[in-house]
Amino acid sequence: MQIPLILQFVNLLASLLLLVVFAMLAQRRILSLINLFAWQGGILALSTFVVAYSTAQHHLYYSAGLTLILKVLLLPWLLHRLIRKLNVRWDVETLINIPTTMLVGIGLVIFSFNLAAPISQLSEGITRGLIGIALASVLLSLLMMLTRRKAVSQVVAFLSLENSLFFAATSATQGMPLVVEFGIALDVLVATFIFGIFFFQIRETFESLDITNMEKLKDD
Amino acid sequence: MIDLQLLALLATPLTGGIVLAVFGSRSWAAELNSLMSGCTFVASVLLTIAVIDSGPQVAFKEQFFIDQFNVFLVALTAFVAFTTSLFSRPYMRIEQHHGKLSTSMLHLYYSMYQLFTFAMLVALTTNNMGIIWVAMEAATLTTVLLVSLYRTPASLEAAWKYFILCGVGIALALFGTILLYFAAERVLGDGGTALLWTHLNEVKGSLEPTVLKLAFVFLLVGYGTKIGLVPLHSWLPDAHAEGPTPVSAVLSGLLLNVALCAVMRSKVLVDGSLGNHFAGNLMMGFGLLSVVVAALFLSRQKDIKRMFAYSSIEHMGLITFAFGMGGQVATFAALLHMTMHSLTKSAIFFTVGHAVQKMGTQQMDRIRGLMHVSPTVGWGLMLGTFAILGMPPFGVFASEFLIITTAMHDYPWTTPILVAALGIAFAAIFGRVQPMVFGETSAKSLPHPPALIPVFIHLLLVLILGLYMPDYLAGWYRQAAALLG
Repeated sequence: MQIPLILQFVNLLASLLLLVVFAMLAQRRILSLINLFAWQGGILALSTFVVAYSTAQHHLYYSAGLTLILKVLLLPWLLHRLIRKLNVRWDVETLINIPTTMLVGIGLVIFSFNLAAPISQLSEGITRGLIGIALASVLLSLLMMLTRRKAVSQVVAFLSLENSLFFAATSATQGMPLVVEFGIALDVLVATFIFGIFFFQIRETFESLDITNMEKLKDD
Repeated sequence: MIDLQLLALLATPLTGGIVLAVFGSRSWAAELNSLMSGCTFVASVLLTIAVIDSGPQVAFKEQFFIDQFNVFLVALTAFVAFTTSLFSRPYMRIEQHHGKLSTSMLHLYYSMYQLFTFAMLVALTTNNMGIIWVAMEAATLTTVLLVSLYRTPASLEAAWKYFILCGVGIALALFGTILLYFAAERVLGDGGTALLWTHLNEVKGSLEPTVLKLAFVFLLVGYGTKIGLVPLHSWLPDAHAEGPTPVSAVLSGLLLNVALCAVMRSKVLVDGSLGNHFAGNLMMGFGLLSVVVAALFLSRQKDIKRMFAYSSIEHMGLITFAFGMGGQVATFAALLHMTMHSLTKSAIFFTVGHAVQKMGTQQMDRIRGLMHVSPTVGWGLMLGTFAILGMPPFGVFASEFLIITTAMHDYPWTTPILVAALGIAFAAIFGRVQPMVFGETSAKSLPHPPALIPVFIHLLLVLILGLYMPDYLAGWYRQAAALLG
């Protein structure tokens, strides 16, 4: 079966997105993690743009622009500023057992493709198979939140989760209504600011951004 | 037309939030906060009257939808938000006097309190499944800085946990919403209408069942994190225990209800599409698990606010279970229990707040003899505990009785589990509260008189509704139950 060129391109971008999430999962340096996050945003904006072009959905152009401004420029810039102010720019995180994490990640990808298989059957044209990739990225970002111990990298994982969801919304469907997308973008932006406030409060109180210091609240 | 009432309802807390963001550090900020909450309550009453007169309707280009189900929650939310603002006025002043809070922290508190009310009311009234998500996330964002208001290590940890866990949960709900949109788009086209609940409800029979099934799992897990369903509940006791008491009261009494409302909106769609009891079974399972686990954890608690937070998990589990059973009677009972739980639990948190201020600790084994210190606080806590434990003649008894009898009829195997869990909860809470209220004391007096009028208003309402329910109110609940099926 001949696959249209444009669809091949979207599929290529989707696989790149998945690759970036894997790279983030294994990345130990906080600075590189933020740069990877910016790349992820860039791929997302490009894929949204391509989908907008191929389906002639004008409001998707706005989404693409919003993604570019928010996720490629504004949020990475904010994070860079934050880590400079917090003096954690060159921090390296000790991750336990990257190979095992990677294997679990591969398992999650297989699981999500299976879960999404019946849905992929339903979708026609451009969207086929992309839901599986989106779901896999969501689960991988969740895995990343679990394995990280530094507050900053947990937040990057959270934002990557948001990116994966956005990818699901624009590429698997034809983009959510614009008012909803604006609402989501606003929430993400406010959340990042609040995270920023938190970093300072946490460091002031615990003298480190390591969350292992904070496991005091337990039942019993 | 309800445009005007709805506009008043939503614009008042939003204006309040903005005005208090500017003037929140003035000495009259607490009064302004109460005034704004009072106006919101008046607007909600006007809206309720309009909807009861003329039935369900949409407003503002179909972006908002009000029916008997959500207008009841709107009225409840606005009422409890109002009484909590009355309670928080002296409470927060005492905290300030004790040196726990600064003026700038109070500034943040007042502004965020109004914006939180606004976010909850938007989540309740919107017709757009996407906006429900946005408003739920906004409700988290406005409260997260309130949980860490005291800036103690424990409160920071609680707030971080709340933020991360609810963030993840709500992200899963967004994935569910996207799947819902994916299914709806194929039927309704990709205009702006494919996420409007009223449109979805009309075509729910032709939505693709496989997609909706998966969507509901994500929506339930996502919003379920917010409801505090086990095993996604671990943020809830921390956030309730470490935040200021008025925040615990509104989180427990209101936010959990709003999240449940979002789940119920989704359930109606999924039931229509699947035509079987899939969504109901899932909710029953989560609900039952929450009731049992919360009851077992109750007896291990040492912190008084943590204990009542677990009691909230238990009651939300019971309500989710009742909604899951479905049918007119169970849904009626669930709606009634939502009302009773909100009123009683916020009243309990009010008295607990003052009790903790008097004793200077949240540790239960160091709180003794409240009755000697202040008979009103003592009686308030005792009566509130009786009410929440489902003692007749309080209203909680009526709703729990209805839920258990329905369970006995429809799902007999669940009855022993429910009764045992409620029994364990009773023993745990009553055994703890009794020595706190009676017994010898070591308390100090407060610099401002405590606000206990809201407590007794709430308990009186719960008592009255337990003894006698007016016909129009019962009719209103029945109509709401009929809408949810």
